[in-house]
Amino acid sequence: MSDTLVKVRDLKIGATVYPPGEKPHDIEIVHGVSFDLAAGKVLGLIGESGAGKSTIGLAAMAYGRGGVRITGGEVWVNGRDILKSGLGDVRKLRGGEVTYVSQSAAASFNPAKKIMEQVTEAAIVQGKFGRKEAEDRARELFAKLGLPDPDNIGERYPHQVSGGQLQRCMTALALCPEPDLVVFDEPTTALDVTTQIDVLKAIKEAIKDTGVAALYITHDLAVVAQVSDDIMVLRMGDTVEYGSVDQIINNPQEDYTKALVSVRSIEHEEKAPTAEPVLSVKNITARYKGTKFDVLHDVSVDLYPGQTLAVVGESGSGKSTLARVITGLLPPREGEISFAGRKLSPDLDGRSLEDLRELQMIYQMADVAMNPRQTVGTIIGRPLEFYFGMRGAEKRKRILELLEEIELGPEFLDRYPAELSGGQKQRVCIARSLAAKPKLIICDEVTSALDPLVADGILKLLLDLQKIEDVAYLFITHDLATVKAISDNIAVMYQGKVQRYGGKTEVLTPPFDDYTDLLLSSVPEMKLGWLEEVIAHRKMESAGN
Amino acid sequence: MKNIPVSAMIGLFLTALYFLTALFAPLIAPYGVAEVVGDVWEPSKVEILLGIAPEGFTESDYWLGTDNIGRDLLSRMIYGGRTTIFIATPATIISFTTGSILGFVAAVLGGWFDQVMSRFVDLIMSIPTLIFALVVLSVMPVTIPMLIIVMGLLDATRVYRLARAVAVDISVMDYVEAARLRGEKLAWIVFREILPNALSPLVAEMGLRFIFAVLFVSTLSFLGLGVQPPEADWGGIVKENKDGIIYGIPAALIPAFAIATLAISVNLVADWVLNRTTSLKGGRG
Repeated sequence: MSDTLVKVRDLKIGATVYPPGEKPHDIEIVHGVSFDLAAGKVLGLIGESGAGKSTIGLAAMAYGRGGVRITGGEVWVNGRDILKSGLGDVRKLRGGEVTYVSQSAAASFNPAKKIMEQVTEAAIVQGKFGRKEAEDRARELFAKLGLPDPDNIGERYPHQVSGGQLQRCMTALALCPEPDLVVFDEPTTALDVTTQIDVLKAIKEAIKDTGVAALYITHDLAVVAQVSDDIMVLRMGDTVEYGSVDQIINNPQEDYTKALVSVRSIEHEEKAPTAEPVLSVKNITARYKGTKFDVLHDVSVDLYPGQTLAVVGESGSGKSTLARVITGLLPPREGEISFAGRKLSPDLDGRSLEDLRELQMIYQMADVAMNPRQTVGTIIGRPLEFYFGMRGAEKRKRILELLEEIELGPEFLDRYPAELSGGQKQRVCIARSLAAKPKLIICDEVTSALDPLVADGILKLLLDLQKIEDVAYLFITHDLATVKAISDNIAVMYQGKVQRYGGKTEVLTPPFDDYTDLLLSSVPEMKLGWLEEVIAHRKMESAGN
Repeated sequence: MKNIPVSAMIGLFLTALYFLTALFAPLIAPYGVAEVVGDVWEPSKVEILLGIAPEGFTESDYWLGTDNIGRDLLSRMIYGGRTTIFIATPATIISFTTGSILGFVAAVLGGWFDQVMSRFVDLIMSIPTLIFALVVLSVMPVTIPMLIIVMGLLDATRVYRLARAVAVDISVMDYVEAARLRGEKLAWIVFREILPNALSPLVAEMGLRFIFAVLFVSTLSFLGLGVQPPEADWGGIVKENKDGIIYGIPAALIPAFAIATLAISVNLVADWVLNRTTSLKGGRG
């Protein structure tokens, strides 16, 4: 196997943990992972958070992040074991033979330097090119990656280009020194779906044209299926399954892989509107204090009791602002909101306790939506105490009932948020809002920070709870798969306006307007060759481009 | 309590020693605070034991010698520590309660309350604290409660700044927004949502502020505007014995040593408390 570029054998990675109240001890994060990567091929590493996929990716550069140590095994790159190489050799390797594209380009670029300077830096420092040649190559790469005005974009600063463009600049940065291997660490995770497609396409073509090999790390199987040749499924530092893309997607062997492939298979029948809407938003126009720009223009939507209205759109479409207007955090300039038959005061101070109780909210980041110094019992118990005056045994009984509803046991009562997993945290937030016995819960991107399987569990839970408690959801999301799974009505938002609004089937049935078409077609599908199909029949450019 | 590091043990021991001595001063001190027992600046027993006493002295009844008018220095140090600590502690408590509560409220309410409070605090802080205190104390009667209140309120401006800065960060967190949406009153938001999360920087600051209070009261006494004779305090003892330094008499350095060791030991304890509170489950790193 002379063309094997990277050969990893029995890779073990460990770290020292410092649990409070215990002696520091060593744990193993990755337990003996092996794979081969031939020149010009792409291996997708996929798994949930904590699966060790990024750690393995960095190990290909002989690097351990934040106290992580490579404790055993071999990593062969270009015929030598880089774990046994000296620091000088490793220095040549990083940024020369192996380069890295990180998840957040915005956080990885130095905001004080021009893009060109940063893109060419590694190639020049490594002595591969002189400055002139490196800049020529960078411009060539900018053009190849489909960046607008490739001759001059390098003269801009990172904040002067959009998120999707910056991510492509980072890819140019990685490809500039003509590496043999590029490690892509979740390069499209932070982007909108419509932008994600452009970046994916650019990355895929650049890999093909330059003949570079790549490790592509992501948690989204549908994405990795578009760019990889082989896929390795990881879980808790172990290899679950390793095979070709075709085999993993179409014929998965392991249960865990099957679950990943079939994720987002929730079915939900659309309900017809009943007589009186619980929430009625009429002609809302809103802007933030001190700005002269309307974020929402003339938005009107209705939500019926016990049903779900999904508000869909990309970042900047005004969907979260709509939530702030409804909760009273941002009084609108025009328009009115009626809720449960009453007219709602535009600002928070004018609302009655009853208004506040019946309109609850669940946040995207469960981490910061709970006070880290309060136990689960206090967090869930406070609304009971506050709205219903419950105390002592009565309160405790109700908290335990709520914990049972969110499928957590009584042992969680005395835990702190930091002792919960991401999914458990979001469940506690759900219980907190349910404790108030609301008529409406606003769910602001509640699943977007979660791994797909966990998100699936949360969506199922929300649907079950809707049946039991007869609560309505206003579901804000950018993820159309989620929308398809749970909504009764859909409002598609674009640049602060409602672009398309109606029942789920109606909204999701052609003919579409151009924007809805773009949005719908951009959702990655678990299908080989999907990317090419989509690119082939697009009608408009995405906003982030 | 079994996992206390050595540094915290030393700090706890010395801090406890100083506070207990202050509490039980009349029982521990060998002589009265204003009692003249010997000659001016007699050498101490310590000096004789170490063999560094001036020639001709072979024995002494006084562990730390006598002061500028022949009072027992150990007794004055013990009574002086009592006065100093008893002024610095309530002053620190006053500055922390008023400063942090007002700072939190300003951060949560924002708007005109924040503007008025913050500009007022800026105004006070623009005048050097010592000069401001000298002016106030030259007008007001110099009694111990007055000293405590003046010191506490002046120091509260610093605590206000810190508390507001910390709370501004916390008050934009989603859990505070959630509490607001729930309809919680100001008191719950300040004491239950913000205070527990702002504790770490405040505890760290408290160790420092207490020592600044000790130094401040000592400075005032040294300038003659703090504790009035014949009452003793550490700053006053330095003032009374400062002329002795010219003759090689170390009496004025003893209070300085006491202040230094108290400062270090209190901050060793504060560091330990800080480590404990930040490593609390879910604490802010």
